[in-house]
This record gives sequence, C-alpha cells and structure tokens, in this order.
Amino acid sequence: MKLIIKGGRLVDPASGRDEMTDVYVQDGIICTRFVPDKSTEIVDAAGKLVAPGFIDMHVHLREPGYEAKETIATGTAAAARGGYTGVACMPNTNPVADNRFIIEFIRKRAAEEGRVSVYPIGAITRGSRGEELAELGDMRDAGAVAFSDDGRPVSDAGLMRRAMQYCKMLGAPVISHCEDQTLAAGGVMHEGYNSTILGLKGIPASAEEVMVARDIILAAETGCPLHIAHISTAGSVALVREAKKRGYPVTAEATPQHFTLTDRAVARYNTAAKVNPPLRGEEDVQAVREGLADGTIDVIATDHAPHTFDEKNVEFDLAPFGLVGLETAVGLVWTELVHTGILTPLQVVAKLSQHPARILGLDRGSLAEGSAADITIIDPVFTQTVDPEQFAGKGKNTPFAGRTLQGLPVITLRSGLCIYAA
Amino acid sequence: MYKHKDLMELKELTADEINFLLDTAVPMKEVISRPIKKVPTLRGRTVVNLFYENSTRTRSSFEVAAKYLSADCINISSAASSVAKGESLYDTARTLQSLGADVIVVRHPMSGAPHLLAQVVKAAVINAGDGTHEHPTQTLLDLFTVREHRGEIAGLTVTIVGDILHSRVARSGIWGFTKLGAEVRVCGPPTLMPPGLAQTGARVFYRLEEALVGADVVMMLRIQKERQQQGLFPGLREYSRLFGLNRERLALAKPDALVLHPGPLNRGVEIAHDIADGPAAVIEEQVTNGVAVRMALLYLLTGGGAHSEADY
Amino acid sequence: MSALREKTRIIDQDGIRRALTRIAHEIIERNKGTDNLVLIGIRRRGVPLARRLAEKIKEIEGSQVPVGVLDITLYRDDLSTLGYQPVVRQTEVNFSIEGKKVVLVDDVLYTGRTTRAAMDAIMDLGRPRNIQLAALIDRGHRELPIRADYVGKNVPTARLELVEVLLVEIDSVDEVVIMEKT
Repeated sequence: MKLIIKGGRLVDPASGRDEMTDVYVQDGIICTRFVPDKSTEIVDAAGKLVAPGFIDMHVHLREPGYEAKETIATGTAAAARGGYTGVACMPNTNPVADNRFIIEFIRKRAAEEGRVSVYPIGAITRGSRGEELAELGDMRDAGAVAFSDDGRPVSDAGLMRRAMQYCKMLGAPVISHCEDQTLAAGGVMHEGYNSTILGLKGIPASAEEVMVARDIILAAETGCPLHIAHISTAGSVALVREAKKRGYPVTAEATPQHFTLTDRAVARYNTAAKVNPPLRGEEDVQAVREGLADGTIDVIATDHAPHTFDEKNVEFDLAPFGLVGLETAVGLVWTELVHTGILTPLQVVAKLSQHPARILGLDRGSLAEGSAADITIIDPVFTQTVDPEQFAGKGKNTPFAGRTLQGLPVITLRSGLCIYAA
Repeated sequence: MYKHKDLMELKELTADEINFLLDTAVPMKEVISRPIKKVPTLRGRTVVNLFYENSTRTRSSFEVAAKYLSADCINISSAASSVAKGESLYDTARTLQSLGADVIVVRHPMSGAPHLLAQVVKAAVINAGDGTHEHPTQTLLDLFTVREHRGEIAGLTVTIVGDILHSRVARSGIWGFTKLGAEVRVCGPPTLMPPGLAQTGARVFYRLEEALVGADVVMMLRIQKERQQQGLFPGLREYSRLFGLNRERLALAKPDALVLHPGPLNRGVEIAHDIADGPAAVIEEQVTNGVAVRMALLYLLTGGGAHSEADY
Repeated sequence: MSALREKTRIIDQDGIRRALTRIAHEIIERNKGTDNLVLIGIRRRGVPLARRLAEKIKEIEGSQVPVGVLDITLYRDDLSTLGYQPVVRQTEVNFSIEGKKVVLVDDVLYTGRTTRAAMDAIMDLGRPRNIQLAALIDRGHRELPIRADYVGKNVPTARLELVEVLLVEIDSVDEVVIMEKT
C-alpha cells in the first residue's frame, strides 16, 4: 500500500527539518521517493503541516474499572480525533495497574479496540497505596513504559528512593505527580485571592514545589530518569530549570490548561475547572509559558481525565479532579503558543511527539526514512469552537467549551492508515 | 432596585442594591413591632428552608420572616430528608422545583452549593450560609443594626476579629461594609488568615490592640474548637489572651463603639462576658433586625420593589 | 408604557382648599366634635391631605387631631399577578387606634381595592370603634362594595382616563387633572 502526502510543510524536529516537501509511505513505513501508480493514495496537504504522530504521555483511559467515564475504545478515538497516534495511560484504574496481568490486559484491549497505540504506565506501589513497591520488573517485561502513582503521590521519601533505584535498573522513567499531601491537605483549588473569596480550600504552590525539589534530589542521587508530570507553578519551573542546568536526569511536562487558564476559571464554582494540580495564578501561567519556550519543559501532555456528567454536577468540594484534554490540546497549543509566537512549529512538534517518544523509549516521534508512518497533519488556519457534544471521548468535562481555537489536526495517520479525518 | 433572581453573595451586589435591601427592611421592622405581627403580603407563596447544617438561629429567623409575611414555610433538614439517603443536591433541587417552591433558603457546609441549586431551579434561592464562602443575610442584618445606631456606614472603621479563614461572616462582612464605604480591618492568627485579603480592600492586622484603635464597630467571630484539633492554632487559652475582646482592649476603640457577634457566643474565649452583656453589645438587636432584613429579602425576591408607584 | 396626555384640569388650588374645608366641617359634624377622632393618610397623596384636614379641624375646633401615615403595599391583593411589587414604605401610626374613630384619607377613590387594603392594615394595628373614608376625588368604577363618607368632588371618568391629584407638598402645585392614555 502506497501513500503520498503532497504539498505540505514537513515539520520533523528529530531531523531538524522544517521545509516544503512530500512524504512517501509504503506499507506503513516512511520511505524514499517513488513514482506513484494507479493504486497510490494521494493526500493533499497544501497549506498544512505534516508532523510525526503526536504522543500524549499523560492520559487516563479509565479501563478497567471506570468504563462509565471512558474506555480504551472511546479514549483512543478521542486521541485520534485530537491528532494523537499514541497515548500513555496512567495506572489508576480499578484494579490499579500494579501487576503484569493488568498491563497485559490493557495492551490486549488496545490491540483489539484501540484506535491509537497505547503505552501502559505501571504503578510504583501496590494499589498505589504508597506502602510497598509493586512488581516493577514484571510489569516492565509485560510492556510498561514508565512507572507512576499519578494522583496518589508517593509521600514516603524512602520508598520513592527505592523505586527510583529499581527503575534506574529497569531503564524506565519514574513519572511523578508532585503534591505534598500535608500541604495540599484537602484543598480543591489554587490557594490565593480567588480561593479566599470563593471560600474554597486552597492548595498552595508549595505543595507541588516541595515534592518537585525532593524528587529532583532523589533523581540526582539515584541517576533514575525522573519526569515531572503536569508542572504548574513558577517555583517548580525554576527548580526543573536548575536541575537541568546541573545535568540531572530530569524532564517535565505541562498541560494546555496550565499554560492557558488561571484560577479565575473556577469562578461561580465551575467544576469543569476543578483539576489537580489546580489552575494557578497569572504569574505561574507566565512561568510555564517561559519554561516551554526556553526548553525547561520538554513535553506538552494533557492529563486527559474524563468523568461523567453526574460526577461533575455536584458541589465543588465533592466533584472529582480532572478535565478532558485530548480533543482540545492541539488547538490550544496552536492558538496559545504558536500563533502567539511563543513556540515555533518545530519546538511544538518536539514537545508533542519527539520528546515524549524519547522519554518513554518509543521508536516513534520521527519521520525519518524507515520510521513508522504515524503522522499528524495540522491545518494552522482551521478554526473551530469547542463543542463537547462533538467529542469522540465519553467525558465532556472541559472548561474550554465555547472557546474558539485556531490550528487543528485535520488528518491523523497510524502506520499509514487514516484513523481520523476532519 | 434589586434585580437579581437570587441572593448568592454580597460580592456581586452594588452599594445601591444593598442600601435598597436595607431601606426595605425599615418598614418590615415596623411590622415586627406591632402587636399583630402579620401582613398578608406573601399569602399563597411557599418558602422552603433547606438546611444541610444545623442552625437554630438562622433557620428560625427565616421561618419567622416567612410567617410574618403570611408565606407557607417548609423546613427540610438534611437528617430528616432524602438527602440522608444520598440524594444529590441536583435531584433535591429538581424535586423542590416540582413541589412549587417560590423561594428556597439554603444553608450548606460546602461553598458554592447555593450556586448549583440556583442554576437548577426557577425559584429564588437565598444563600443562608455556604461553607466558608458567604453569609450575606448575616451581614445585611449587621449593616442594618449599625446603620440604625450610626445613620450611615460610610466613614466608619469596622474591625473583624477571629478565624477569618473559615468565616463566611467575615467574607460577607468585608464586602458589605467596604461597598458601603467603611474601612474594614481584619485581625486574627496568621494560620487563620486567608491569602489575598488586601485585594478585597480589607487591611490585615495580627495584633488586636492595633486593629481596635479608633474602631467604630468591632465584630467578634466565633472560634471553633475543631480548628485547634486541626492544629491551626495552639489553644483556646492562648487564643483568648491574644485575640479575646475584654474591657481594656475595647477601650482602645471609639468610646461609642458597637460590638457585634453573629452568635453563638463562646463566652470567655473570644468575648468576655461583661462585654457580651455590656452596653456596647448589640447582639440581641442583631437577632430582631435579622428578621426584618429577611422579610425584606423574601419580599424583594418574590418580585417586590421593582416599581415605586403602581396604578392601583 | 403608554404615553399620557393631559386632557382637562378639573380643580385648581382654590377648589382643593374649598373641598377640604367642607370635608373638615362634615367630619366634625358627623363625629360631633373631635373626641377620639384620628386621621390616617394613605401613602402617598393621602398623607398631605390628612395633614391639611387636621389643620382645618384645628382652625375650626381648636383641637389637634392625631395624624398617622399608612403604607398599604404589604396588603395589596394583586402582588402575585403583578409580576413586580412596589417599594414598601413605612407605616407611621404612633398612637393607639383602639376604640378610635378612624378617618382614612386618600386622594382618589377608584376600584376600592386600596381602601380594602387600608382597612385590613388598620385592623392589624388594633380595633377601632369605626372606620370612615374621605377622598378628594371619587371617579367611580368600583370593584368592591365600598363608599366614601366624605367626597371632595365626584368626577365621572372613562376607564382609560387617569385622575391625577397634584399637591404642593409633593408636586409643588395644587391641582387635579384628567390624563388620557394615548
């Protein structure tokens, strides 16, 4: 099967190429120029950007256990519609993905029903209870690409240190959701003026920063690659910047909500804006944007966290944390970062594809000859208003409903096959 | 003129709207002073008191206000209702809507719960205290009480003392008094002081003596023992020594300063008994005025006050 | 809101003065003096009229009759159908009406509903010996079985017309005009 993507602008940070060129695909692999025959499929990419398939390294697919919120089938459909060809899914399912059988189950389901590639992340501790190490080696063998107790951070520093020592041996990164529970102490939004006037319990910036500092120190000591999930405060950005300057094995990700929204989005108790880490202050949003621009933050990930209507349609304190991001992320990236001149397309594609592939050790994120033809085609001028009813995913919990975005994925190819076309 | 469907918070009201509410409470207070404390105004209207938190004071104040205006009043407390069976606030709201409630008065331990209710129902919703957000009717009665004594709020210095972090009375108080032109000072331990208060226009003090100098109104908040168990302050004895109001400290305020307390009192902790029972305290007047203010609110939220003269 | 056009001026300043003088005499006559007599003006324009009547009675009899102010807003029977409610003002009756002869004073007697509301309001303040009604203008179109005891002037009107009493205390001029809805 042959395919030519014609007339587009290739943006491939792995090779540093940003140029007008056609892309040739044969049998799902990027190949050298060939002469088209009758059966060759032609994709017109005039005026569009052709990038290696985007990988969202922070997604909650909710299966097994919470199929009312999302399933592997619906979550990966949402990913394809959002321009992604691969997602890494967090282990906080029910049961928790803390053993090889759950990892195998997820991979099997993904192979059967997944629209995009699914890379499971294993739990660091059994049941993510933060008490004893899970069978990390077993899960690694079964295909876990990284380890994380996302949402239930490992508060015991000694345990985290041992986990890092183990993961260093396994060559897998530890992904840390940094939140000191004694400082967060039941908070539901960012601590500041807005939490004060809404009378909602605040989560101070220090709750994140204390653990970012701790984990950086442990990574430096153990040599284990540490990936800081959803970085949200100016202080955390500064800590990661310093860690990188010192050459520690530390990477970081930011989400569209944290480079776009402030805690003002919580006004009138909008539970769609209840997310952890919470939407922060203006200066934090600015710092995250600066961190993205100067390379401190390597990755843009969504922390896609679907919930049902009923779960979110309750008192703010009772609503679960999380918002859906797969189907709005690329539009927000282009609207907020590319069209504003903060990042070039090359930088953006690196953060959406090349870097997550590298951190997770995947042979993806490049359009060099011989690579899998996972391709995302972006129309930088295509404009649409976010309408959750149009989402392919089950969760409609987004604070971006009604927002107009410019720069959206129009075609997603996985191994040369079209998995989404606008 | 009061144009909102509901009363959620004082933050969103203008000075004119607050004054109009207070002005409407004046004739209501006259009604309360009569031997027959009943007018037929809200005959056939239904007021539902939906209380998810215990409160004898506020609930009975609303109930009396509704009855003086001849409305039918239904009390639903969380223990006795389907709430105890796990019904969501959303479903409870829809049920009350179907029952034909005209006004729903809601008290809830979580901030923002009245907003959720107000979005669902056509009835007017009155926030009777939500979590640590606001308690607008408490401040309205405080404003009414102070206005009766001083004629005007503008130019007064109001000192609010205690657990500001967890106090919905403090938040409503800051907005209400500030909007009407008073200078508001807040004072309490730093661990019970929320961030960003300067942005509200209030000035923050940590030494009670400094906060009291020249004050026209001193509002003492109730300190809750649970906060000590949560480790938010070391102990009641010390708290009383640092932040309790006694005669020597009150002498720092203006000679005719008024002392307010939303009740119930912790005598000997935040307020010495000779202050609570002394001439400066207007705590009982606050209770009476609470009924007048709530009558005004019920009247206005059922459509009142939109026209000054009507063809009759 | 439909516009109003002034049609005719039906009473001038002197006319109002003469009508009130006559009513004052009638009140004294009917009540055989001023013992136990009180005047209660219905807000808004009944109030200055009640005060003027009290003045006249004092000129004639030499005794001061108590004057109260009644706001009937809370007693209206149309609150649920109006969709809005008028501003409530204070009732100021600083004397007991127990066993008193109460003269209600209003500017215009029309449907009778204001009088009905005023009587209910009076009853809530106590038990008077009787209630009488004085109106500067009776324009007809009664909807309740109510009749004035003292009338300044009977003015036949059409339903679409509006009778407006203007008083110096409120409107800086004394006159009664008929307005027409256009």
